[in-house]
Amino acid sequence: MEPHAGLEAQIERWRGYVQRHQAISAADVDELEDHLRGQISDRQATGLDDEEAFLVAIKRLGNLDAVSHEFAREHSDRLWKQLVLVPEGSDDAGAPPWRELAVVLALAVGAGVAVKAGLAWINDGDALVRNAGLLVFPFLAGYFAFKRRVSVPVAVGLIVPFAVLAATLNLYPFMAGGSTGMLAALHALVVLWLLVGVAYAGGRWRSDRRRMDFVRFTGELAIYFTLLALGGAVLIALTAATLRTIGIDFEPVLEEWILPFAVPGALVVAAWLVEAKQQVVENIAPVLTRVFTPLTIAMLLVLLPVLATAGGLAGIDRNLLILMDAILILVLCLLLYSISARDALAPPGLFDALQLVLVAAALAVDALMLTAMLTRIAEFGSSPNKIAALGLNVVLLVHLLGAAWLAIGFLRGRRPFTAVERWQTRYLPVYGVWAAAVVLLFPPLFGFA
Amino acid sequence: MRIDKDLVAASATPLVLGILTEGELYGYAILKRVGELSGGGMQWTDGMLYPLLHRLERLGYVSSSWGTSDAGRKRKHYAITPAGREALAERQEQWTVVADALRQVWQSAPRFPDAIQGLA
Repeated sequence: MEPHAGLEAQIERWRGYVQRHQAISAADVDELEDHLRGQISDRQATGLDDEEAFLVAIKRLGNLDAVSHEFAREHSDRLWKQLVLVPEGSDDAGAPPWRELAVVLALAVGAGVAVKAGLAWINDGDALVRNAGLLVFPFLAGYFAFKRRVSVPVAVGLIVPFAVLAATLNLYPFMAGGSTGMLAALHALVVLWLLVGVAYAGGRWRSDRRRMDFVRFTGELAIYFTLLALGGAVLIALTAATLRTIGIDFEPVLEEWILPFAVPGALVVAAWLVEAKQQVVENIAPVLTRVFTPLTIAMLLVLLPVLATAGGLAGIDRNLLILMDAILILVLCLLLYSISARDALAPPGLFDALQLVLVAAALAVDALMLTAMLTRIAEFGSSPNKIAALGLNVVLLVHLLGAAWLAIGFLRGRRPFTAVERWQTRYLPVYGVWAAAVVLLFPPLFGFA
Repeated sequence: MRIDKDLVAASATPLVLGILTEGELYGYAILKRVGELSGGGMQWTDGMLYPLLHRLERLGYVSSSWGTSDAGRKRKHYAITPAGREALAERQEQWTVVADALRQVWQSAPRFPDAIQGLA
């Protein structure tokens, strides 16, 4: 087929284009291709060259959108794509299609066994909290290491930080009930999650696109995990209610066996579902951001005057500060997800302006909180909790300032949207660095209190 | 002479079923046969044939099977089923009635160009 290499390439491109239409299945594309080739060879027989024959054949096939619309009318079910547990006819030979499912289930059970073993052998409650992430991480990262077939250097790059974290969390002489131990446990989760990101990116963590994919993955995972949890809760409630009527107490079994296996297992399964359904349904997280961005703006605009007039800044309750941190993180998530779902080439629109308003409101809240924190530290002295919160707020402040600055540039047409996007993805490791500092440096600095 | 789009659409089903009574065929061959039968007057958008064939298959009027073409590529063949033959017979009756009615109307009223000639 050497003389027709150009034609073959054109047909290949055409196939790729047709396949993007959801209503047209792979078998339909085969059928249409057979038709196209028949038409082309008939045109060639009348003396047209490859290029002309291809163009005529394409023209006669008709407007692809209209044809796709007809297909959609006939096969409306295809617009509701089905989740295929075991992909049929996958081209990469060697790996049987059911293997991934088997690996996922094995890893999910493994995560459950690890958590159950942790519960059985670690008697100290604080130590258990510190180790929770460490018990589940290998299985989640292991799934992506398997899926992406990571290289040995990447695997080493995952195992070494994991080992360092595990050693730190277990060998540091944390005081019982101390705040540095709790801070280390919380911040270790952030570091572990970014390590999952490295595994997710298959080691290509420097790539902005991979980072953005990981952001999308995180959002979808949260949603899938929540859905699985809701479904599980319904099942558990029904089982417990049924058993109670015949006088059996379900609670010990639930606490001892079901939850330790179900929760980590659901996390692994949710990760796999996000991977498996990538092409199956629209992402949900970006849809939610559209709904919640205006609502969050309203919430911030209500909270801001309340906070500002709530008496002396030093008097602001510690719990309130923690809550506000949570709100700021929520704002950043909203920002990240709307950015991750936005077409980078679309011109600035109303929603982009709305986002800027959101960022500005969040900045005002953050500034207020920083003032409150500094006042508290000046008045009552510093503590590990306060310094950790202060650091987090500074990190958030820089993130929001950068986002606001670039968003203004984008809205005024001075900057492409990719600049906004790149700022978000490039800034992510800063959180990892800060979290690692809290885990590794805070305990010795504050005497493991 | 080009045939009106609506008329093409209305006649598509009986035409395809009728062609398939001649024997099993694949999509492109069906379309070529339509062209031959109408002297090129009935122009379809090629791509629209397939959703139609799939609809006929869902209704049980045709059955399909994958084979290979002379060039060794995958090719989907369609064959008419007994249910399809019944449907075709019914359509034929309907079309006969329509054609009959039209013929009577045109016989009683002279064709338009003739009328113009009559005036001249």
